[in-house]
Amino acid sequence: MPDNISAITSSPFVPSTDSVARVMRTVIYALVPGVLIYIALFGWGVLVNILIVTASALLFEWIMLLVRDRPVKVYLFDFSAIITAILLSLAIPPLAPWWLLVLGSFFSIVVAKHLYGGLGYNTFNPAMAAYAVLLISFPLEMSMWTAPLSEGSHSLNIIESFEYSLFQVLPINMQYDALTSATVLDHIRTEVSTGKSFPEIGWSPAFGYLAGKGFEWVSLGFLLGGLWLLYKKIISWQIPTAVLTGLGVSSLLGYAVNPDIYANPLVHMLGGASILGAFFIATDPVTASTTPLGRIIYGIGIGFLTFAIRSWGGYPDGMAFAVLLMGMMVPLLDYYTAPKVYGARTR
Amino acid sequence: MKKLWTFKGGLKLAGFKKLSKPSVVKSLPIPKRVILPLRQHIGEPAEPIVEAGEKVYKGQVIATSKSFISASVHASTSGTVIEIEKHNIPHQSGVSELCIVIETDGKDEWYPNIKPNLHPENLDVDEIRARIREAGIVGLGGAVFPSAAKLKPTRQIDTLIINGAECEPYITCDDALMQSCPDEIVQGVLLLRKLLNPIECIIAIEDNKPDAIESIRHSIEKLREQGQGSVTTINVIAVPTIFPTGGEKQLIKVLTGKEVPKEGLPYEVGIVCLNVGTTAAIRNAIYQGTPLVSRYVTVTGPLAKQPANYEVMIGTPIEDVIQAAGKVKADNCAVIMGGPMMGQLLPHSQSPVVKATNCILLEEIKPDINTNVMPCIRCGSCSSACPMNLLPQQLYWHAREKSFKKLEHYNLPDCIECGCCSVVCPSKIPLVHYFRFAKSEMKDHEISTKIAEQSRVRTQAREARLERMKREQEARKAKRKADRLKKKAAGKKATKQKPGKEALAG
Repeated sequence: MPDNISAITSSPFVPSTDSVARVMRTVIYALVPGVLIYIALFGWGVLVNILIVTASALLFEWIMLLVRDRPVKVYLFDFSAIITAILLSLAIPPLAPWWLLVLGSFFSIVVAKHLYGGLGYNTFNPAMAAYAVLLISFPLEMSMWTAPLSEGSHSLNIIESFEYSLFQVLPINMQYDALTSATVLDHIRTEVSTGKSFPEIGWSPAFGYLAGKGFEWVSLGFLLGGLWLLYKKIISWQIPTAVLTGLGVSSLLGYAVNPDIYANPLVHMLGGASILGAFFIATDPVTASTTPLGRIIYGIGIGFLTFAIRSWGGYPDGMAFAVLLMGMMVPLLDYYTAPKVYGARTR
Repeated sequence: MKKLWTFKGGLKLAGFKKLSKPSVVKSLPIPKRVILPLRQHIGEPAEPIVEAGEKVYKGQVIATSKSFISASVHASTSGTVIEIEKHNIPHQSGVSELCIVIETDGKDEWYPNIKPNLHPENLDVDEIRARIREAGIVGLGGAVFPSAAKLKPTRQIDTLIINGAECEPYITCDDALMQSCPDEIVQGVLLLRKLLNPIECIIAIEDNKPDAIESIRHSIEKLREQGQGSVTTINVIAVPTIFPTGGEKQLIKVLTGKEVPKEGLPYEVGIVCLNVGTTAAIRNAIYQGTPLVSRYVTVTGPLAKQPANYEVMIGTPIEDVIQAAGKVKADNCAVIMGGPMMGQLLPHSQSPVVKATNCILLEEIKPDINTNVMPCIRCGSCSSACPMNLLPQQLYWHAREKSFKKLEHYNLPDCIECGCCSVVCPSKIPLVHYFRFAKSEMKDHEISTKIAEQSRVRTQAREARLERMKREQEARKAKRKADRLKKKAAGKKATKQKPGKEALAG
């Protein structure tokens, strides 16, 4: 096949109206409500994360495009690196040190994306691959989640947040420990692993109205954006529905069997990365299954694995690993779930 | 209200149908010459039965074929055959095929044998079939399958579908026909019904053509009042405007919920589907005795000065049609035969209007139509849009790799090249272009594998033959040797018996 396809002389003569940049841009817009709520409830550290990761991701993207001799203008502004950056920065605790953020964006853009062939060719979700590397390599830094802001207490402004990320300095009279707290999944994990049952754990400040304090509203923000993406037909309904069904059913089963050691399904749905994962991470087109049935199996697999890792595995949240594991299954899923072509049933 | 089904995928496209004002049909002056390709249909080409220099009349058979899947060619006006030579045919590859060129005499005289049939209702079905066959009628929707071959199905037909969907943007020739000649279409349907005895009979029209729907319904009402009560069972159905509803397979799905079997034909599920233009042509062949010598052609597009529908003699050079329709507005004009989704860009506008020419679309050449091609991001928009339920993104990979087995596995041969996948692709990958290329590669591969297989068989046979000959030769040699030895032995014996002889010889 000649790769020079600029001189197309065959139909259709109707130009494509869509573009990769538009698709990616729409996804970014859909992240806005969740991100705004996140910033409002958890402080400027969230934004600092996004800015540092995005800036470094674009830098790495630019370098890799030059190294790989690809058209910089086209690919740098396709917004794909920015989405990877935003998703990665949301997965890293706010106020994380700058080198952690830059290392993450290096791994996602250089290793997980470009070394696999760049946009469209990567086997693994770049943001989740980088997150997994960071989590395994720097477990301490990766689990220091900032506490939701509370009334009366002093919080960092945007400059102070930057200063902390870059130089690890806090304003006088402030302790880093005071800014952090365990997330709800973290809390449950720690307590359950010591042999306590839910009634014994009782109430903790990590719980909110529905799930994790603060995070529940962030999740609802992402849900709003995700539903909008569905409405705009940027993502298909199968993956988010299947992820949430897989997670919901397995956590409900666990809860029904033994509510003492399994968290209730609502905590699973609105705690941690469930909603973000279902609508924004698992739906990454490049690494997800492409057939209708394949997408359902892929999504249910992610939902179930997330529950399994959270309940029985070594990490409080399992979304990233679930996405990476199911990503490995995609070529197989796509092959065996190809839909029946028109007329195949009649034949 | 009849229940309708939906087919998967498809697109809502801007129609641009008002541009060519389907309520009026214009005529064109007789061209100086007409060029009539011997193959304007699927199947065997017709063979010329006239010679250069011969005078021919309008409607006279000038080429014919004995093959079942073929169609005769008729002179589309009176004049003199000036040559039977290779000439450009309207095809995107710019190929030439054998054509009969007639210099017209401007009189447009009908062949004397052609007379209207005053009592078409008295014809029996075999006679009707024979006349349709003689009239050179092929599917005028674009597929140009010889109609006669469709009308003798080997099983009971449940549904006769008359396709007036006309789903491609810009094209309005069927709309124009339905508005100007509804009686011809309805009478044609009655003839087809006589041939096929279907349980159900449907004329399907996309709901963006209310005037055409009204016109056909009005005609049915009129014929009913004239005493043809049976017309009322013809069901005129408005189908949703979704490209490609006019595709035979998609329309069948929408109207009956049935799917034409993979690699099969509609009659296998009890359906025959014909275009409205074909139906009217069949009626004219029976009622007027006239063969297919002209058709409606839409001349339209952003660069057409006077977009309109014209009744055009088959064989009229496309250039003449464009000129008569008021030239083009700009120099950078692309001439497309058919619509923007499935039409062909013509390298030569000297090529003639053929039986398949439904539209001449004049568009600006867009050299950048598919620049900025990005890698496939596997978004799956293409498979959602595919009306055949294929996975274009997988086909794309395997087309690039030319892995024929995978292409077969993912059903590339079922692709109808409707263009939906290319239009929705955010990466602007010219998918259909890849698929056409892969299909032709696949065909080549199939042919070369067949040839290789044949030559393998032949070589093996030859080797076996040589081996056998060698063995036989050796056997003969051995036999001769044995015979000689035997003789010798016998000789010796003889000598022994008759020692005197040897002594004599010695």
